[in-house]
Amino acid sequence: MNETIVAPSHTRIEGESPLDAVSFENVRYSWPGVSPFSLAIEKFSLGREEKLLLLGPSGSGKSTFLSLLAGIVAPSKGRIDVTGTEMAKLSGARRDRFRVDHFGIIFQMFNLLPYASLIDNVLLPLRFSRTRRENALREGPIDEVARDMLVSLGLNETVIDTVKAASLSVGQQQRVAAARALIGAPQILVADEPTSALDRNTEEVFLKLLFAQSEKAGTSVIMVSHDEGLAPHFDRVVRLDDIAVSSRGATK
Amino acid sequence: MMIFRLAFQSLLNRWVTACLTVLAIAVSVMLLLGVEKVRTGARQSFADTISGTDLIVGARSGSLNLLLYSVFRIGNATNNVTWKSYQDIAKMPEVSWIVPLSLGDSHHGFRVLGTNADYFTHYKFRHGQSMTFASGGPFTDLFDAVIGSDVADALGYKVGDKIVVAHGVGSISFVEHGDKPFRVSGILAKTGTPIDRTVHVSLEAIEAIHIDWQNGAPVPGESISADQVRKMDLTPRAITAAMVGLNSKLATFKVQRRINDYPEEPLSAIMPGVALQELWGLIGTAETALSVVSAMVVATALLGMVTMILTTLNERRREMAILRSVGATPATVLGLLAAEGGLLTLAGVVAGTLGLYAGLALLRPYIDHTYGLSLAIDPPRADEWLKLGLIVAAGFVAGLLPAIRAYRLSLADGMMVRV
Repeated sequence: MNETIVAPSHTRIEGESPLDAVSFENVRYSWPGVSPFSLAIEKFSLGREEKLLLLGPSGSGKSTFLSLLAGIVAPSKGRIDVTGTEMAKLSGARRDRFRVDHFGIIFQMFNLLPYASLIDNVLLPLRFSRTRRENALREGPIDEVARDMLVSLGLNETVIDTVKAASLSVGQQQRVAAARALIGAPQILVADEPTSALDRNTEEVFLKLLFAQSEKAGTSVIMVSHDEGLAPHFDRVVRLDDIAVSSRGATK
Repeated sequence: MMIFRLAFQSLLNRWVTACLTVLAIAVSVMLLLGVEKVRTGARQSFADTISGTDLIVGARSGSLNLLLYSVFRIGNATNNVTWKSYQDIAKMPEVSWIVPLSLGDSHHGFRVLGTNADYFTHYKFRHGQSMTFASGGPFTDLFDAVIGSDVADALGYKVGDKIVVAHGVGSISFVEHGDKPFRVSGILAKTGTPIDRTVHVSLEAIEAIHIDWQNGAPVPGESISADQVRKMDLTPRAITAAMVGLNSKLATFKVQRRINDYPEEPLSAIMPGVALQELWGLIGTAETALSVVSAMVVATALLGMVTMILTTLNERRREMAILRSVGATPATVLGLLAAEGGLLTLAGVVAGTLGLYAGLALLRPYIDHTYGLSLAIDPPRADEWLKLGLIVAAGFVAGLLPAIRAYRLSLADGMMVRV
């Protein structure tokens, strides 16, 4: 039996607040099978419009944490609320809809459908989420909104019009991914090491542009990384080791 | 709609493999429909070739053999019918008309048929149509010939041209009746039957060109000129077969039995329709085998498609994860791949059908000329539509196979695919 150790995070006082975008409470997750794995998180929350950096070395359970956060896997115990809704209670299809309504997601790399145009890539979530579609439509025709978003993220018009996603540089791809994650103003942006393939300068520019847009949309950001150097860009830094206990191997 | 658009764009991205898959399906569909077209075309051609003839009489042999060599100019007669037997049959009270047929010579690969002028009035094809002359008329002189339209087209003959008949029925012959040339007296209008590929001469002419021959070769030193032969008795000694029309169809069996029991010579009388049925029975097995093979080819093409989709699945796990991350449900992913299978199959079926018709339009004159098979260019019949529909449905179902695998993967991967 593992003792669950909960360490308070750095600056903010954790608490159940209706204002929180995400809150974890007494969450346990265990993955049975050939290589059992379990993760326990006593308390964690992400405030509205907060920019949070979650630090952790690889293998520390970051992926499991994100899967729990986005409702891809359900906790074995405890509850996770996203903007006041417990995703685990939703049916599969409603959970998928809820996810796209509330989350924008950026992967480490290969975020785009290589055969689609940049605009089409950005518009993808709007095809599945009515809420975000309506949010985007409030700013104008959705094609224009997508274009403006791409321009604000530092892509120039000729690139937007002429290039397929497959021929972009990694930095440009991540900008398109950011535009897609933020279009239609979802409440939470989840980014899984989005800058790991970028050099330091590009990374900084990318984060600046990203945050400018997330602030404009009122979106909370939770970014997972192993790179402590990113810390100055964020409101708050949390080490996964401090909030979660993970164990590998057979546990009883 | 959105699903179809994505499936389509994704396919465009892999257009080379997609095109090859569509091509494979198209070829298999062409084969499937083509076999059917040839089958119905062949049956129709055969059935249309002879009409209005009640009995065909020849030396004793199988009915099919007799039908094939007498009407379709396929194969050769086993034996001849003596002129006396012919006359005896002609004298039977039930017999309304009788037309002699004498085969065995050829002209540039086209069979030469010795007959009389009654042939042009009594021979009927395609629901009782009679032959008509495109130009000229029936033979008036001993050395006149009436040629079918294909003969005229292939060899560029006009009325009045001189032609030389060769002994034997091969397309290249070294033994010619060069001393007795024929004059083209008439060219028949196209019939779509073996008549088009036949050179018709009078029975007497057949006798005349062989008068100085024995055992299939000219007798040395006994050559008789064309002018001399005119003065000789040219009553044929034997014919190959005869077509018989009866006064009443009710008498058919009676006359048939009497000819089969003819005491002076072993003869066979057959009813063309019955012999054709026998032919269908004979080639039915081959037709079924062909249909089964072409169905197998379609199945193989669909399997190829499934393999193609399955092999691309791994590299497309990423694509699936992206779609899942922007809100696509696993059901959407399932639909996407099933749609892909369906789209590919549909494209293949459409391409195959169009290809078949294009090929038909292109090759029809050649097939008609070379094989005497006139293939109809008509829209697919109900059962062909059904087959095409079934193939598309099978494509969707086959597409489900990789789709279910993708569905499982996308459930297991969630959105976090590690590449």
